[in-house]
Amino acid sequence: MGCIYGLVALGFVLIYKATELVNFAQGDLLMLGAFVCYMFVIWYGVGYWAAFALAIAIVALFGAALDASVLRRVIGQPQFAVVMLTIGLGAIFRAFASMTWGSEIYTLPTPFSAKATRVGGVTISHEYVSIIVGTVILCAVLYAFFTYTRVGVAMQAASQNQLAAYYMGIPVKRMFSLIWAISAGVAAIAGVLLAPVSLIDINLGFIGLKAFAAAVLGGFGSIPGSLVGGITIGLIELFAGAYLPHGFKDVAAYVVLLAVLAIRPQGMFGTVGRKKV
Amino acid sequence: MPRALLEVSNVETYYGPIMAIRGISFTVPKGQIVTILGANGAGKTTILKTVSGVMDPQKGSVLFDGKAIHGMDPDRVMRLGLSHVPEGREVFPFLSVRENLRMGAYTRSDPGGIAQDLEMVYEYFPVLQARADQRAGSLSGGEQQMLAISRALMARPAMMLLDEPSLGLSPKLVKEIFDIILRINKERGVTVLLVEQNANMALHIADYGYVLEVGRIVMEDACARLLEKDDIKEFYLGVKEAGVRGTRRWKRKKTWR
Repeated sequence: MGCIYGLVALGFVLIYKATELVNFAQGDLLMLGAFVCYMFVIWYGVGYWAAFALAIAIVALFGAALDASVLRRVIGQPQFAVVMLTIGLGAIFRAFASMTWGSEIYTLPTPFSAKATRVGGVTISHEYVSIIVGTVILCAVLYAFFTYTRVGVAMQAASQNQLAAYYMGIPVKRMFSLIWAISAGVAAIAGVLLAPVSLIDINLGFIGLKAFAAAVLGGFGSIPGSLVGGITIGLIELFAGAYLPHGFKDVAAYVVLLAVLAIRPQGMFGTVGRKKV
Repeated sequence: MPRALLEVSNVETYYGPIMAIRGISFTVPKGQIVTILGANGAGKTTILKTVSGVMDPQKGSVLFDGKAIHGMDPDRVMRLGLSHVPEGREVFPFLSVRENLRMGAYTRSDPGGIAQDLEMVYEYFPVLQARADQRAGSLSGGEQQMLAISRALMARPAMMLLDEPSLGLSPKLVKEIFDIILRINKERGVTVLLVEQNANMALHIADYGYVLEVGRIVMEDACARLLEKDDIKEFYLGVKEAGVRGTRRWKRKKTWR
């Protein structure tokens, strides 16, 4: 569970770092990813892996289109406008999903379903293994992309100093669309990985709020921080469910969020004032 | 006079309602160094930003190599061969020096040529080679300036726009950097438009100069002749003559109105 929070938080952070927008529709992109995958598997009988890939591609394209058509216009507007806009977009996505796929709850059959491995006396179902392995692979891929490829380094450059990136001939606007695509793709991956564990319905996206807590905990703007924050939130939830009275599990993330904002607003890995304007 | 590589005519640029550039025309001939002098707030940086496409002029035209470039996005202007070295260096602080330089060559796709230019840049500024793996943000001001110039050079530009390369540097470093600018111009044939407050250095390396005051060009001439003018000597070079003049002479005469 923590890994999922981490992945969604990663999506938040990627977009925030590059464009200074906070995308509250991140969780709903996750929901769309899960639904698209479900649609391909159940309606069209596509294999799980192919549907997985299709879901990533479609949601990623959708993210890029979203940036090019809507979000590019609000760069430079007050944060408030952006927050309202993305929350609104999230609501539209949910409405779209309930019109297209209905508001029932679905299960997504996967190759991992109902299998389990015993590791040193602890039984882990393969669905959870898939989440953890998926997260690790994804992080490795993203890390390699941002460190070793020309486009990846250019994206870092564009987020560190937008003006200078323009001077270097880096097409900054296209970079931002690409960031949105990656971020949406990450959300879709998280959605598909999550689907077998938590079932698919249109409110899957509300996990985004907990992931937001994870991103804040990790220090908004820090990629490793978002993952660590996600895992931490996941663990806190787990222990809250086990040791605290019933009901604490679901509020634990927000309690942590409040505590972090009150005590250490920059988060665990955040740095204060490193951005020169 | 050689053909003009950059031709700016009657440009007016605004910051919101404020007119920063009040109708300016100048040309930069191919292969030369042209400097624009002026005090703080004269509009020097705005001119460069207008040329490189960061700001769009309200009126007037900017021709680069005969092509209209006003209103173009800066990344497209840059692809035409016009590199801008911004004021205050603007390196990518969390990338290494080498990555910064590679970003300079972002628009190119000839690995051999890029490697060759990397060597060339290291030859101009050996300190960058020594610091190749450091984060650019950890460099000193002078080193960052060297990096910014080198990064622009990595694009193999036909022309460079240099915005106050002397800003915040020691006199010795300024001398060093200007020598290299001169070398780049002579050895690589890169045309340079140099915007400076340090009039002394700028006039000594440039071929032709313009003097800018509150958004207007008030004087222009070959640098050798500008150096001889009394007003320039007094107000830009700080050479004091006997007797105190209260106001700038050309202001009193209002020769440009």
